[in-house]
Amino acid sequence: MSEPLVSVRHLKKSFPIKKGVFARQVGAVHAVSDVSFEVARGETLGVVGESGCGKTTTGRTILRLIEPTSGEIRFEGRDVNSMGTSELRALRREMQIIFQDPVSSLNPRMTVGAIIREGLTIHKLAEGAAADARVRQLLQEVGLRPEYSTRYPHEFSGGQRQRIGIARALSVEPKFIVCDEPVSALDVSVQAQVINLLVDLQRDHNLTYMFIAHDLSVVEHIADRVAVMYLGKIVELATAEDLYREPIMPYTQALLSAVPIADPHARKERIILQGDVPSPANPPSGCVFHPRCHHPAKDEACARIVPPLEEKAPGHFAACIKQPPTVITWEEQKQAGGVHPPERYLPLAAVHA
Amino acid sequence: MTPSPPLLSIRDLKTYFYTEAGVARAADGVSFDIGAGETVGIVGESGCGKSVTALSILRLIQPPGRIEPGSRIEFEGRDIVTLGDEEIRDIRGNRISMIFQEPMSALNPVFTVGDQVAEVARVHAGMSKKDAWDRAVEMLALTGIPDAGERAKQYPHQLSGGMRQRVLIAMALMMKPALVIADEPTTALDVTIQAQILELLVDLQKKIGTSILMITHDLGVIAETTSRVIVMYAGEIVEQAAVDELFTRPHHPYTEGLMHSMPHIGHDQERLNVIPGTVPAPTDWPKGCRFRERCPYSWDLCEREHPPLYQVGAGHVSRCHLAIEPERRGSPHTPLVVEEGVAAA
Repeated sequence: MSEPLVSVRHLKKSFPIKKGVFARQVGAVHAVSDVSFEVARGETLGVVGESGCGKTTTGRTILRLIEPTSGEIRFEGRDVNSMGTSELRALRREMQIIFQDPVSSLNPRMTVGAIIREGLTIHKLAEGAAADARVRQLLQEVGLRPEYSTRYPHEFSGGQRQRIGIARALSVEPKFIVCDEPVSALDVSVQAQVINLLVDLQRDHNLTYMFIAHDLSVVEHIADRVAVMYLGKIVELATAEDLYREPIMPYTQALLSAVPIADPHARKERIILQGDVPSPANPPSGCVFHPRCHHPAKDEACARIVPPLEEKAPGHFAACIKQPPTVITWEEQKQAGGVHPPERYLPLAAVHA
Repeated sequence: MTPSPPLLSIRDLKTYFYTEAGVARAADGVSFDIGAGETVGIVGESGCGKSVTALSILRLIQPPGRIEPGSRIEFEGRDIVTLGDEEIRDIRGNRISMIFQEPMSALNPVFTVGDQVAEVARVHAGMSKKDAWDRAVEMLALTGIPDAGERAKQYPHQLSGGMRQRVLIAMALMMKPALVIADEPTTALDVTIQAQILELLVDLQKKIGTSILMITHDLGVIAETTSRVIVMYAGEIVEQAAVDELFTRPHHPYTEGLMHSMPHIGHDQERLNVIPGTVPAPTDWPKGCRFRERCPYSWDLCEREHPPLYQVGAGHVSRCHLAIEPERRGSPHTPLVVEEGVAAA
């Protein structure tokens, strides 16, 4: 296997909770706790999960827009964490980000041309007439008219602004783009246009994407592999096909079953999770999902043992000690108060045939 | 033919906004009915007029907007458009209530949620403080808030998004209204919480027997909660049918485009179908068919004549000339506008 483009090992990020006049630290929000994964060249890794699961923090930490608390991030084998300012600047040419909100991520006082040109200037890629030509070419490439370069962001619709953001990211010819909810703010018909554009650009420029989204159907469409996050942890990681056909982690099962289906004849049964996601400042012990879990074999062991993200089937990783096979033996589970031996469970409601 | 008159009957509703950029015809001749106990969905993208239609029903349109003379909104035998302020206040929150998209901004941050739910019963039913509070706690419990008695004493910021939405639902159902308008009630929520809330709404509707007008951009939410669907585009109803009929036999090219542009789990598609171009500006709706430039079937008639709502099936209407020349569906062409702003490559 060739070297991955991005490799993340034991990434942790916690934000301090401060209180009182002296802003004494009284606790921490564990936004990302011990996350490891790799992104291969040319692939799209989808990251899904609900608000507060740590997906955005993970994406931003890779780019060092947020400093990690601990862990290792490598880009083409280079250690991103230990980079100095000039190295980091060079790296930013290779890694870019597309934001969710196409309004707040574009400077309203700059023309579209100036926005796209900024990266060219900073990285000394082109200037003068060459830069103008490049801006026009980029606009055309994302499906906008070249003459739009003299206009301001407010003159554009949401979908068009997202195209401007994409042109800006492309301007420095990156290898890797973190797409952070790039279509969530868009209407359905416009969303489809932007997704198709991202797919085309990936093919034409051999790009690697980390595609962060809460919309499971969008992620299935665009991603090769999908990581599911819950309370700062990756709880399942598999090819998109395997994950949607055979979700192993009970949380993934519930998540998939919750998606409303645009077909009135479709099956209606669904796993309704009880309660809300617990606070990441005070996550549950053991498996972070155990208080809401519907696995029939759930027991005391789930509250005591932190489930490792382990390979349950070839290339299919999940964190659940009740879904066999598991390295946590039945003996160990019994010692932790377990009463139900692991037993494979796949509710019909979670399967999208 | 429905034996009894509908609960709500809207005829030729025009809500216009007089802006500096011109007159925005946000809702432009909307007519539909809602029967007692029925759940009707309105689906459409930003700017199609679905929220303006909902707000018009409660007369919540602020200047520079206004409901144009000639519009009729008949509800329980009264015309909402011409009611006095006192009378409309008596209807709001009492006979018709609304659930908004953003639960945080719909709640007052300085009162406990119990007080806010109880206030509805104090204002509309003249209940004593104590009775209203007890009733509020009862409603909060009914919406699935655990430990409702304690939760009622909390402030909105102490609750999660899903809990706040339950509070709004409790508030909306407090007076057992005849009609609840739910404007994107789950859009701001995560998918597992959305599932809880939708189940709750369907369940409570069965218990209380209220009608629901569900406004959303999500065809999945429509398919799972409503029995009849209205599709809006550019200020108009472009299609209306029973939910099964609409999803199996969409007639209007916009409805068809909307359904095809959504990725579906379990369906392998290389590319998504797109509706090219964008929604036109409400100050400048195109002549003839408003969808014409984005449509793969349009022909000269579509430019000449604004299509009426044709009857295309039992209880199924569509604002598309294909109804009279159905064979044209067999030969689609490239729409007049190509993909958003693309200079022809």
